[in-house]
Amino acid sequence: MERLILVRYGEIYLKGQNRPFFEKMLMNNIKKALEPFGKPKIYKAQGRIYIENLKVEGIVLDRLSKVFGAIGINPAWKTDKDLEAIQAMVKAVMEDALEKATKENLTFKVESRRADKTFPMNSMDLSRKMGGFILKNFPGLKVDVHNPDIKINLEIREHAYAYHENIPGAGGMPVGTNGKTALLLSGGIDSPVAGWMIAKRGVRLTAVHYHSFPYTSDKAKEKVIDLCRLLTEYCGPIRLHVVPFTEIQQELYEKCPDGLLTVLMRRFMMRIAERIAKKEGAQALVTGESIGQVASQTLEALASTDDVVSMPVFRPLVGLDKNEIVEISKKINTYETSILPYEDCCTVFVPRHPVTRPKLEKVRQAENMVDVEVLIERALEDVEVYDL
Amino acid sequence: MKQQIYLDNAATTQVLPEVVDEVVRCLNEDFGNPSSLHRLGLQSERKMKQARNMVAQLIQVPPEDIIFTSGGTESNNLAILGTARARKRYGNHCITTEIEHPSVLNTFQYLEQEGWNVTYLPVDSRGIVSIEDLKNAMRKDTVLVSIAHVNNEIGSVQPIKEIGLYLKGNYPDTIFHTDAVQSFGRLPIRPLEWGIDLLSISGHKIHAPKGVGALYIKKGTLITSLQWGGGQELGIRNGTENIPGIVGFGRAAQWIKEKISEDEKYISRMKVALANEIAREIPQVVFNGPKPSDGAPHILNLSIPGVRGETLLHVLESYGVYVSTGSACSSRSIRTSHVLKAIGASQQVAEGSIRISLSYLNNYDELSKVPQILKKSVDQIKRFTRR
Repeated sequence: MERLILVRYGEIYLKGQNRPFFEKMLMNNIKKALEPFGKPKIYKAQGRIYIENLKVEGIVLDRLSKVFGAIGINPAWKTDKDLEAIQAMVKAVMEDALEKATKENLTFKVESRRADKTFPMNSMDLSRKMGGFILKNFPGLKVDVHNPDIKINLEIREHAYAYHENIPGAGGMPVGTNGKTALLLSGGIDSPVAGWMIAKRGVRLTAVHYHSFPYTSDKAKEKVIDLCRLLTEYCGPIRLHVVPFTEIQQELYEKCPDGLLTVLMRRFMMRIAERIAKKEGAQALVTGESIGQVASQTLEALASTDDVVSMPVFRPLVGLDKNEIVEISKKINTYETSILPYEDCCTVFVPRHPVTRPKLEKVRQAENMVDVEVLIERALEDVEVYDL
Repeated sequence: MKQQIYLDNAATTQVLPEVVDEVVRCLNEDFGNPSSLHRLGLQSERKMKQARNMVAQLIQVPPEDIIFTSGGTESNNLAILGTARARKRYGNHCITTEIEHPSVLNTFQYLEQEGWNVTYLPVDSRGIVSIEDLKNAMRKDTVLVSIAHVNNEIGSVQPIKEIGLYLKGNYPDTIFHTDAVQSFGRLPIRPLEWGIDLLSISGHKIHAPKGVGALYIKKGTLITSLQWGGGQELGIRNGTENIPGIVGFGRAAQWIKEKISEDEKYISRMKVALANEIAREIPQVVFNGPKPSDGAPHILNLSIPGVRGETLLHVLESYGVYVSTGSACSSRSIRTSHVLKAIGASQQVAEGSIRISLSYLNNYDELSKVPQILKKSVDQIKRFTRR
């Protein structure tokens, strides 16, 4: 009898001739995710992924539950297709289930599937036989076929398999199957969630952060690095670009109208992100904006930031309320880091009365006061890169 | 290497090379548990005894009255909670000040939740409590008075001797605790002569490693332990002793003692000279708390109107000068320092405050560069102020 983990996937099933590509990517991502825990044997059969030669423990299952593309994870047992061996396995599974049980007077059910039709007993008979075996060996348990506390799944394939736990997977598509995007990562609550949502659709991320030393501290930068690290558990490796932004802010401050500072700043951020995206082979930009959340996220402001880039700009949070975003950030474990209080210390470059409905013409005119190209070039020269 | 001028010695100090050597030697050789009966245990116990002697010498108390702890916060907690627990029968009232360190203030707030009455004495614009206020606050059931010797943010020095003698003369049963974390090794402290019952000190403020400190407990002062175990440190601070830390603490105390006997006023002279130079370079500078010529020898708290402390800190950092701010700010909220609030500093002054703090490792040469660097940084920031 051996332990193993079964990983089930959902949407990939729907793929036609490309299916092997998606499956292979998922297996690769699983392999990378499990690197810290050993060198398991990973293979696919019958539309599932099998992970063997790995200690089945909480930390491994937790890691697997963050791999996009999987919809369910079953810590399982495997043995020979021999009645006595199967009974021993069912006993082990039930013992494990009882160890994890949190209440008394438990009910159970055995559900069998017989893919290997050469096995002498059909699935109904096998379930009945194993049910009887459990009743005899675990006094106090009762059968409930409709709503059991413990459901033991028994499968007869090339071997006999059994499991009782079904841990939800992260869903989505395997990262790497849908290209790459550049995420504008501020360090607040929203942008990590936006990145997570896009990565969930199988998209690789590269991140861009704007740093305004000495107006923001190096602790703010460290925080963004920490956020990227947290995201990598879901999204795979992320290359973070930290762009020095102080000079641009100072230049805009000295030469442009106060009320437009934020919109103008965001236009620079988009332009620089697009340049970095092109260099990194990314095909779109991702931001954490949500309509109307702040002055720079009105429809007019969003339009005026889109005005300077030709790439598609994805805003996966566009229709979400703040509390909905917070909820996701708690679920993906970025919330606690996001709320650390190191972001922009200084309000110097934040207008007291930002224009909420900037006219595109006026914004363009204001921008003519500075040398956009030179400022961008200079900022790009001093980009710091972190591979996380 | 880029120049580095470390002026944040009230936060922590650089560990001395001779202390590092001593700690490393101790980690390698004196690994025995002082509670063990064999030779190795005895060796560790001896090392600890030497360290206890050196620390005790600096404040001229009997070494057996020094209890080693993990640092200032633990010492303050132990002194306050330990006294409150031990003397619950005698009263229900404590006195402290508005400008104490969080490890004192938050401990008293916790006691308030447990039903204790706590009086928080105000301070004047220099950050000093008035004896009269203390006298008026005293009650028959006052079991504990806790007042820090030197304030960590502005360097105001309390009249500890006067307070201690007043209490001993009029309220001999009231326990007097002093948080001396900032003054230890920087100002003379004489618990026996000043009527102090409990005194908190910390290693890393005098060039020892972090994670070691002590509480002086005058003989006969009852305090209840906050952790239970094998009876170490007279049963007051149970747990296997941090021998490497303690040994380092002892070595640092010895070094500081030598420095003091060589030149007691070295740090305060540097501070006054620096303050004068800064005032000449930047005339609009405001010194917070005591006048630079008064106050603790190592702390200088100043504001430059219109310049945010945190921004200034980062610009100074880019020139290799390391300081602290009183108030942390973010775009959403400004957490004003409770100390600056207590001395009546305006919001603008509080937002602009930075703290410069010196040690024996600083020298005139490096400090002479600071005023110009400060001026340059201020000019740089002033170009961009919020419209």
